[in-house]
Order: sequence, then structure tokens, then C-alpha cells
Amino acid sequence: MNDAAMVKNPANDPARNPVYRKRLLMHRIGIVLSVLAMAVGLIVLLWILGTLLVKGLGGLSANMFLHDTPAPGSEGGGLRNAILGSLMMVGLSTLVSTPIGILAGIYLAEYGERNKFAQVTRFVTDIMLSAPSIVIGLFVYALYVAHVKHFSGYAGTIALSLIAVPVVVRTTDNMLRLVPNSLLEAAFALGAPRWKVATMVRLRAVRAGVITGILLALARIAGETAPLLFTALNNQFFSADMNAPLANLPVVIYQFAMSPYDDWRALAWGGALLVTFSVLLLNILSRTVFSQKTPR
Amino acid sequence: MSVHSSVAIPDAATGSEGPDQAEAHAQTAALRKTMRNQRAQDFIFHKLTMLFAASVLVVLLGIIVSLAIGAAPAFKTFGPGFITTVDWDPVNEHFGAAIAIVGTLVTSFIALLIAFPISFGIALFLTEICPVWLRRPMGMAVELLAGVPSIIYGMWGLFVFAPLFADHVQPVLKSTLGALPIIGKLFSGPIMGIGILTAGLILAVMIIPFISSVMRDVFEVVPQVLKESAYGLGCTKWEVVRKIVLPYTRTGVVGGVMLGLGRALGETMAVTFVIGNANELSWSLFAAGNSISSTLANEFAEAANPLHVSSLFALALILFAITFIVLSAAKIMLAGMSRKEGTK
Repeated sequence: MNDAAMVKNPANDPARNPVYRKRLLMHRIGIVLSVLAMAVGLIVLLWILGTLLVKGLGGLSANMFLHDTPAPGSEGGGLRNAILGSLMMVGLSTLVSTPIGILAGIYLAEYGERNKFAQVTRFVTDIMLSAPSIVIGLFVYALYVAHVKHFSGYAGTIALSLIAVPVVVRTTDNMLRLVPNSLLEAAFALGAPRWKVATMVRLRAVRAGVITGILLALARIAGETAPLLFTALNNQFFSADMNAPLANLPVVIYQFAMSPYDDWRALAWGGALLVTFSVLLLNILSRTVFSQKTPR
Repeated sequence: MSVHSSVAIPDAATGSEGPDQAEAHAQTAALRKTMRNQRAQDFIFHKLTMLFAASVLVVLLGIIVSLAIGAAPAFKTFGPGFITTVDWDPVNEHFGAAIAIVGTLVTSFIALLIAFPISFGIALFLTEICPVWLRRPMGMAVELLAGVPSIIYGMWGLFVFAPLFADHVQPVLKSTLGALPIIGKLFSGPIMGIGILTAGLILAVMIIPFISSVMRDVFEVVPQVLKESAYGLGCTKWEVVRKIVLPYTRTGVVGGVMLGLGRALGETMAVTFVIGNANELSWSLFAAGNSISSTLANEFAEAANPLHVSSLFALALILFAITFIVLSAAKIMLAGMSRKEGTK
């Protein structure tokens, strides 16, 4: 019997074999479901972005940047104070959390190989990365707001920094550990002390990766609302005083979206569009522009 | 210079004098001073970075201690029964955590039930099916879903999704699943669009990117040889995934799911928008409810009564404890997975 005869024999034809057909069917169902799952993810993303564009572009105008949040019942108004407050808090949090996060990350990468303390720190950092942000808001309330007895931009900054630090620590640690040992040994052989090797050689080699971490932390805190509810609260008027309640985009969006006034809701959608697209832009930036230079 | 001084060190030790030796002596002293300085600098550097690393631990301890102090009056007043009491009445100062705990657990459970298969499908698509050139943009699109702020999910859920859900999906669910004998209770009651089920659905969308990215990472750990052997035996792609990839990555997959659960439990703003904020316990998933985080977001800023504030702190402590346990479990499982990667 030659090969051709074997194929012609119906019992050997895989297409007619019931077991094979069942397996093939399972395979096809699995693949189709998998593609459908991906489609669900994409559709939801596009749906949300589309909603924001449709509802937000109407509210997005020069007025939004030039006027402050309106009083109840009054016409017009913008989000100038909220945008400024958000920029101030997010900016200051980044300034505070970046050095803390980078130094802690250097410790984990430099001294943390077989060190119990470092392992515990790494573990806790990972948990803080996903810890509920509202609990952090409550913590800052108990620690700071309850003692000074008023809400303030500083309290909001502390809360946002606490959320940003673990992000920076983790990316710095991960990036530093990618640096090849030979590079460090070359620096040590030249007689450089450890701190110089760690900062001027190791950290410099992965600075693009560290910047990625900072951008991710920025993206993370820019849209955070829950921890600001009990820390910075909100301020209807224009204020740059960090020691007083400070208007900020997320809380204004929350309050305006829940309000019964149509023009407030329009402003909320405009603000939502602004926040989301800045956050997504930061995300894309960190993943494309800066990730190419990191040794992966 | 280094050769000169290394020769000079034993000479200097003997104490013999001469113009050459004196110069060498000075050089050695300078070198020793530099090295002493560097050692001091390194010592300071070590302790300084350690201090910053320790700050993370201090914050964790601070959170636990401050929540516990805040929660103490509530636990003193209501005892451990606080957790199981179905009552939240700020007017009469009766507080129990059961409504919020059940709301948190049920919404997170619904979210997992929906997010798990979808995340699995996405991870499978990204690792096995998707053409290579499309992998990066597709993977990034899913990760962007994680970047959308929570409050945006809330607004979208309340103003866009909930009305459509009430008009088109809930009536269908009510007439089909609602007619079944036991499960029917879950799908009964008035149709409002918002409620426990909607909150669970929105949470599902929010945790899909987290679960699927962990799954994708662990799927990529599976040794190519294992998969190719299975293909060589004539397995279909589905069989390779079901019988090779999944068993190999089981702990990692469960770790990813736990990570998603940890996220879902603590999620605040999106849930606050769509859960309905009613302090009631109902069998119906269509009914409005409350979760721990939404109760905190709604009531904390307005709570004036000390016992009310303390009860809210107690809720936060419970939430933190639950998420801490879930996330620790996730972390331990994923650590086991990355050890596997190391021995690949």
C-alpha cells in the first residue's frame, strides 16, 4: 500500500475522523473566543475615548482655561483654578517623590540582593503599588489634616506623593538591575567609590528607564480622585495657596458630574477629556519614546 | 602613581628617611585620606538610601497604626460583631460593616467572573494568535485601558453604560435568568441601570488590563521546546494552550487573578458612581448597594459624629486588611512563577 492509497482510505482521512473533527472544532471555538475577548477590550477602550470626545469637545474651549469654576446656578465659567491646582499638586508630588523613589530604588538594587530588610521593602512596595488609594487619603487625613484642622493643597500633595513613590521605586529598582555587572566592575577597577558607581555609572546607564518610571508615576497620580477627597478637597475660587483647600481637576469633575446643572456637567466632560488624554499621552510617551533606550 | 605608592608603603612602614621616601610618604598619606573619605562617603550613601527605602515600610506601619487608632472607638463600642452587623444608621449611631463588606466582595467577585475569561482570551490572543507586528500596538491598547482614570470609568458607567444596560440588557436578564428557580432571585427587582451588577461590570473592565498583562507575561515564560513538542505530536493551538501553557503557568495565572482582585476590592471612584449608594442588603444584583470604598468616599468628608468617623476608619482598616492579604498572596504566587523563569 502506498501513501496515496492510505490517504484515500476514509478511515485514515483526518477530515472524516470524528475525534479529529471535534478537536478541530474546539480549537476553532477557542480561537474565535480569544479574538472576541480582544475585540471586547478594544471596543470598550474606543467607546470610552469616543464618549469623551463627543461629550467633552463641546465643553473644551478657551473659556475653560481662562475662567474659574462657576458658582451654583451661574452661567459659563471654566476650570482655570482646578487646572492650576492639579498642576501644582501633581508637580510638587513629582518633585518630592522622584528623589525619594530613586534613592530607595538604588538601595534595593545596590544592597538588596541577599538582604532580608530589602526583600521585605520590595514586597511592601509591590503591595503599596496596588493598595487602595482611598485608604491613603484617609491616612493623610488622620496624620495631617486632623491635626492642622483644615484641608490643604499640601495634604493632597502628601497623599499623591505616597502613591507615586512605590511606582518610582519599583521601576528604578527593575531598571538598575538590568545594568551589566561588567560595566560596574570597570568603574570599580578605576577606583571609583560605590556611591559614584551607583549614581554616575549605574543610574546614568538607565536614565531613560528611570524617566519612564517617573512618567508612569505622573500618569498614575494625575487622575487620582479618591485620596484628594479628604485632603485637598476643593475650592471654588482661584487660589494658589497650598496651605488652603485647593481646587483640582479630578474632584471638580466628580462634583460637577454629580451635579444637576447641565453646564456643570458639560464642564465635567471637558475636564474629563483633558485629564484622560493627558494621562494616556504620558502613558504612550513613557512606553514608546523612552523605553527604546533602556537595555531590555 | 599607583605603582610608586604600592612600592612606597612597606618603605614608609620601616621609617627610613630620604627625599624620595618623604615624597612617597606624603603620597601614601594622601591616598589613605582619600580612601578614608571614600569609605565615609560610601557609608553615608548606604545609610541614606537605606533610610529612603525604610520610609516605604514606615508609611505602611503608619497606615496600619493610624487606621487602627481611628477604628478603636468603633470596635470598642460594637465589638467584633461590627463586622457582621447589617446596620448602617448614622442618625441613630448604629454602625455595622456587613453591608459594605458584602457589597465590596460581591462586586469584586462579579468583576473576576467576567474579567478572568476575557483576560485569558486577550493574553492568548497577544501571545499565540496575533501577528507579531500587531502585538505591540494591541498590547499597548490594552494597557491604555489601565491608564484611564477611575473617575472616567465612573462617568462613562453612569451616563453612557448604565442607561443602555437598563434598556437593553437588564430586561433580557430578568426575563431569562430571572425566571430560574434559585438564581432568579439575583436577577429580580426594579431595573435602574445602576446597582451591584453594573458596578461589577465596570470593575471587570478596569481589572482586565491588569490580569491580562500578568497572564501574557507568564505565558511568555513557557519554554518554547515544550510547546513545540506538543505541536510536533499534532496538538492544535487550543490544546497546546489548555494542556501545556495553562498547567505550566497555573500559579502565575492565579497570581494575576489575585492581583486583579486586589485592585477591584479597593477601587473607589468608579464604584461610587454606579453602585447606587444605598445602605441596604438585597438578594437582587440589580439593587443599589454600597461598597467599603464608596461608603468612605461618600460619607467621610461629611461625617461629624465621632462614632461615625471611627466606624469609617474601621471600614478602611477592614478594606486594607483584605487587600493586603489578597495582594500578598498574589505576590507570593508570582514570585514562584519568576523563579521558574530563572531556571528556564
